[in-house]
Order: sequence, then structure tokens, then C-alpha cells
Amino acid sequence: MLIDPMETQLPADPVKAIERPQVVTQSLLYLDGVSVSFDGFRAINNLSLIIAPGEMRAIIGPNGAGKTTMMDIITGKTKPDAGDVIFDGQIDLTQLDETAIANLGIGRKFQKPTVFEMHTVEVNIEMAVKADRTVFGTLFSRQSAAIGRRVDDILGIVRLGDHRNRLAGDLSHGQKQWLEIGMLLAQDPKLLLVDEPAAGMTDVETGATADLLKDIARTHSVVVVEHDMGFIRELGVKVTCLHEGSVLAEGSLDQVSADERVIEVYLGR
Amino acid sequence: MMLTRFLFERIDRGGWVFLVLLGIAAVLVPVLNLAVPPGSMFHVSNTAVGLWGKYMTYALLAIAVDLVWGYCGILSLGHGAFFALGGYAMGMYLMLQIGPRGVYAHPTLPDFMVFLNWTELPVAWWGFSSFPYAMLMVALVPGLLAFVFGWFAFRSRVTGVYLSIITQALTYALMLAFFRNDMGFGGNNGLTDFKDILGFNIQSQTTRAVLFSLSVLALMAGYLVARAIVTSKAGKIIIAIRDAEPRTRFLGYRVENFKLFVWTVSAVMAGIAGALYVPQVGIINPSEFSPANSIEAIVWVAVGGRGTLVGAALGAGLVNFAKSWFTGAFPQGWLFALGGLFILVTLFLPKGILGTFTDWWKRRGETRKPPTASPASQPAE
Repeated sequence: MLIDPMETQLPADPVKAIERPQVVTQSLLYLDGVSVSFDGFRAINNLSLIIAPGEMRAIIGPNGAGKTTMMDIITGKTKPDAGDVIFDGQIDLTQLDETAIANLGIGRKFQKPTVFEMHTVEVNIEMAVKADRTVFGTLFSRQSAAIGRRVDDILGIVRLGDHRNRLAGDLSHGQKQWLEIGMLLAQDPKLLLVDEPAAGMTDVETGATADLLKDIARTHSVVVVEHDMGFIRELGVKVTCLHEGSVLAEGSLDQVSADERVIEVYLGR
Repeated sequence: MMLTRFLFERIDRGGWVFLVLLGIAAVLVPVLNLAVPPGSMFHVSNTAVGLWGKYMTYALLAIAVDLVWGYCGILSLGHGAFFALGGYAMGMYLMLQIGPRGVYAHPTLPDFMVFLNWTELPVAWWGFSSFPYAMLMVALVPGLLAFVFGWFAFRSRVTGVYLSIITQALTYALMLAFFRNDMGFGGNNGLTDFKDILGFNIQSQTTRAVLFSLSVLALMAGYLVARAIVTSKAGKIIIAIRDAEPRTRFLGYRVENFKLFVWTVSAVMAGIAGALYVPQVGIINPSEFSPANSIEAIVWVAVGGRGTLVGAALGAGLVNFAKSWFTGAFPQGWLFALGGLFILVTLFLPKGILGTFTDWWKRRGETRKPPTASPASQPAE
């Protein structure tokens, strides 16, 4: 770790490589040759992936393909053994920790919906809204109208306005998923990483979630990991299929699902 | 002005009841002890003043434990160490106040140093004849230890039972160190035989009554500070860390800094409690570092209700009251009773006495009101 752990904000001089090629500088997220092993098991194997600014991308792949590990690497939870992870064309994410990366503008929704169950829906969103995140800043912070309006907006977008005073722990599974997406939005990130947003949802909820994500994708870059092919079809975006830690196929959903190898390892005949 | 608003703005009804009752006790107990003749039924005995004064310092320790355990999920099995360090800082001041009145009548050195054939005061004792310096150390020594310990522990992301074990080891190591004569803190006898504090005779009933009131005031102040912290936005983040630490981290909060903050505040609070404890019981020795003491403090909080602050203070009072009674009636049975109490509370009152009472009170309020269409009863979409 080269970064002073006390540093909350982005370091004044981000770790820059000299003269990155245009493909790097014009991308929002650039992964090249990334590998990571756990006890000899190669979870990610020479993975390369480019997300353009404003793009929405769907990631599919069988269990153990490395989808969640890829998100761990991007968000700083796991350090790769090799390879480059560049955000916004210049920032080397492998040198930063989770907090610093979150503050750079990468939001993450976990596979299992994770919200603060002992807080109300409103407080959950309020804590996520972009504001001073230091100990003393929050200790003496006062309720501001601007933050209140932002909370109202977000609650409207994720359709939880009627539930604002309920404890997050009392919400249904689908509502928790939306609350977590709402918290992501409140952070106002440049890039949202969304892990299985439709898992455990009813068909109606799944449809609503797809609409919600399409809405969000108009103003943000989004990476969605999902197993539900119907859901991905509804999103109608470029698809990347991972297998054994690297990219197996990439393209439109029709192209990818017609790929022989994808059918072999993932879709089944 | 800013500070009063910060401290008093978000106190709930239970908190006000707690503060008012304590305020009344702080005034009434000394009056009933000193001004009412011993024969009267309203007289408060000297023993009771000493005993309840001690409970007040325990209650402050319990609030300190609740702040880290109940709100931040850090189960400290070593808070007795901060309590004892505060106590030692006060004890050192009191030792140097004895002056030439010791058994060996040495003008500057405490008796145990003369006994060990030391000729001058060790560096660690310099300055402790000054009351303000000693009071600074009461807060600074536990605070600094907690800060350094927490800095490493939280940065390395040591959590859960591992952290609990390290805190336990910390207090145990300190106990062994303070048992050694060459540490220079009185060895296993500790510090005792105090004569006076700020020129007032420590044995006089007036001084003891004042110490009681000061302990109550410290408890009130400790409650106000803890309450202000847990109800602030930082407090919400601290609770969030307790319930979902990775989520908090991915929201962009520096979890380790928030933990370090409550941990250090809590240690300072425990140190102040220890400093008020020592002049009232008249002795501080290394057994105050014993892990059993720290675990007992956890039991107080669990019994009273973790994450309630008032409940923690209540639990400290109740359990210690029971302990005083029990050790009188069945001296052998106390540890069994304490263990049994902990098991019973964990099984049947997981929210403690106050938590269970609050739940019951809320339910009662709900059943009395006619059911209205609340947002909570709408069907999930």
C-alpha cells in the first residue's frame, strides 16, 4: 500500500503512468491482463475488459467464472497478482483501498442485498448521499435541506417513498435490492457495479428492476452481473461472458448466446 | 452555546428521567447524609454513600463499554485496563499528597519506594504532585493507550472474537506488569493509605459526600457525551459499521477512523471513572486489571441492555447491588450467581432489562391506539 490510509480524499497527484495509450485514457474502466489466485486456484486469469463512459454492460457466466472476484478487484477488496486496473483513463485502482475507490465514484451493490437493517430506509439513503465523510464532519453535521431533497429524489426513483420510515430490516427482499440500488445512486458514482440485482425477485419486480437500471444507465455507466437471461434481454446491452476467469465471448446477447463455447459452458444445449 | 445544543438537543424522555434522577441524587444524598441526624429515617448512612458512589463510577464504566460494544460492535474484554490506568493516575497524585506523613516519614518518596531502597522519584511519577497534571494524565494515559492499540488493531482489520481476545491479553499483560515491584507502581500492594485530596481529608464524611456528587456529575456528563455521539450522523455510521461493516466501507466511510474515535472516547471515559473510584475505595492495586473485572463490566451492560446507554448504567447499579448483597449473604455463591445471570439474560432477555421494557412499552402503546392505516401495513409491491 503506497497510499496513506488516513487519506480520505483522492490523493492530490493520482498515480499516473507515463503516456497511456488512447484506448486507456478514453475508457472509464480499463482492465488489462488481470490475474489473481487464491491458494493456487486462478479465480481471474489474464482478464481484459474495457467499459466506455456512459456504457451499460451485462456480465454473464457460470458459477465460479470470476464475476464477483472481478468486482472485488475493481472495488479494492482484492488486490490482483498481475495486470492493470485503470479508472477514468488515469487512476490506478490497484493502489487504492475500498474507501478511496468508493469516493472516486465507483458504487457497488452486493450479491446478497446489504443494507443497514437497524436504520430506517430514509437514514440508509441519507448516509449514502455524497457529503462530508470524516469523523468530525459527521459528528457535528446538521440536517441540511439539500440532502433532504436529494433523499426525496432517490426515494422516488427507487419507489420506496411510502416506506421511508420503516426499518430497512423489515423490507421485503426485492425492496432491499432497490434500497441498495438507491444507496448507490445517492453516492452519485460515475460507475455502478451491480451484482445480481434481480436475484430472488418475482417476474414483475424483475421487470421493474430492469426499467430502473435502464433509467439509471442514461446518466451513469453501469456494469450488471446477472444470471437471468430474460432480464439481460430486457436491458438490451452489450454482453460479456466470463469463463474460468477470462472473457469467453463478447457482443450482443444474440451473438453471445449463439457462440458455441458459451452454449457449451454456460447456456447448455 | 454550540456545545449545549450538541449535548442536549437529542435526549429522549428516558434520558431526561435518568438525568433528573441523577441530578436529584447528586444534591439530596449528601444533604441527607450530612445534615440529617443519624437517628432519622431519612438519614443516608456513610456506608451507603461510599457504596453508591462506587456504583456511579461503575455505571460510567458501563456507559463507556456500551458505547463501543452496544453501538459499534467492538466487544472489549479489556476495558478494566483503562479504568485501572485512570485509577493509578489518581492514586499517584494521592500518594504524593501523603508527603512526610508516611510510615517511613520520607519527605517526598512514598513508603513502598523507601522500602525498596529507592532514593529518588522515578520519571513516571514526575509531575504527579500537581493536581491538574494528574487529571490530565487520568484522561491522557488511557486515551493514548487506546489510540495506539486501536490504530493498529482497526487498521489491520482485526475484528470480532480476535479483537476481544487481544483486549483481554492487553489487560492481562498490564496486570502482570503492575504486579512487578520494579515497575514502580507499588507492586501487588498497589497504592493506598491516602491522606488527603486537594488539601481535604479523604476520610472526612464531607469529602466523601462531595466525591459521591462528583461521581454522579461525571456519570451525567459521560451519558451526555455518549448520547450526543450516538445520535449524531457519526453515530448512525457507527451503528452501520456494527451491522454491515463492508457496506459502510463501500459507501466511502473510513471505518477504522470511526472505530478509533469511539474507542478512544470510551477509554478516556473509563479512565475518568477509575480516577473517581480510587479515592472512594481508598486503594488501587493490580487486581483491578484482572480480566474478570472487564468481563463483569460486559455482564452489567448485557443485563441492563446493550445499545441503550441508560440501561448499561442501570445494569451496573443493579448487578453491583446484587453483588454487595450476595457476597454478604452467600460469599461463595456470587460467581455462580453472576454466571447464571449472564446465561439467563442471554437466553430470555437478549435486549437486557431496559431493551425488553422499552419493547413492552411500545407494544402497549400500539395496542391501546386504534389501528390506523400506517405505511408499514401496505402490501409489498
